[in-house]
Amino acid sequence: MQVEKDQDVVPFRNRVKEFAVKIKMGLVNQTKLITAASELVRNMLKYANGGEIEIEIISRGRDNGVKLTFKDKGPGILDIKLAMQDGYSTGKSLGLGLPGAKRLVSEFDIKSILGQGTTITVIKWANG
Amino acid sequence: MDRIPILRMGHFLLVTIQVDLYDRLALNLEADLVQMVSKTSAQGVLIDISAVSIVDSFMGRIIGNIASMCKIMDAHTVVVGMQPAVAITLIELGLPLKGVYTALDVQKGMNLLTSMIGSQGEDEDEEEDDFDS
Ligand SMILES: Nc1ncnc2c1ncn2[C@@H]1O[C@H](COP(=O)(O)OP(=O)(O)OP(=O)(O)O)[C@@H](O)[C@H]1O
Ligand SMILES: [Mg+2]
Repeated sequence: MQVEKDQDVVPFRNRVKEFAVKIKMGLVNQTKLITAASELVRNMLKYANGGEIEIEIISRGRDNGVKLTFKDKGPGILDIKLAMQDGYSTGKSLGLGLPGAKRLVSEFDIKSILGQGTTITVIKWANG
Repeated sequence: MDRIPILRMGHFLLVTIQVDLYDRLALNLEADLVQMVSKTSAQGVLIDISAVSIVDSFMGRIIGNIASMCKIMDAHTVVVGMQPAVAITLIELGLPLKGVYTALDVQKGMNLLTSMIGSQGEDEDEEEDDFDS
């Protein structure tokens, strides 16, 4: 789905919840996933003027998971290692969106090319 | 409407957040509360988030801002009813709710506020407003 404005955040979170419920993810994991998703979508809006998010259900053996791919065509991130540190922010904020989101999910992958954009993929396993 | 109602109960203000806050709503609440505290000289603010299923860093920051602004105006802030899953998530996210007290429910939050105010100086005629929700 396409995300361009602040008002898109709540409907997007609701979509993520629908997918999590579909695979019977427990409440705590659901809450972690949605909170991480919320951080990432906010970054996308704040730093890249929005972008495109894909929501999928994936499986690994017996376990199912929700996979989210955040793709934007923003400025990209100069130093990913730095951006992943707690407290680093170019937006005069707390700087815990990226590192916090990583802690909340099972798998986290970030790719960014300066001037081209950023793609972040996260997976939360129902039982992970 | 883009506003969350603020109830006045004696020396306290009570805000019950029933919906997942989107940004405009949260920012309005912040502004409204600060204005109400200064207008009513309230000594405490209770924010009931028992119906809130997601608190991300944005909303955490709003709550933190409310608490620090209230503090400047000499009012305490107590957040009540945080769902366990939300509390667990906030810790992992790493969000410090600085200067924010928490209590299990509205009644316990009221008791906490009353004791905090009581230890600051005596009030004349304590007005007891009963409130059931
Ligand atoms: N999609 C993105 N495009 C470009 N830069 C980004 C993107 N996401 C994050 N960043 C950069 O990474 C930094 C760290 O992001 P992070 O979410 O951790 O902190 P923040 O957004 O600044 O603060 P917080 O999330 O705590 O409000 C940001 O300040 C920004 O410079
Ligand atoms: Mg962020």
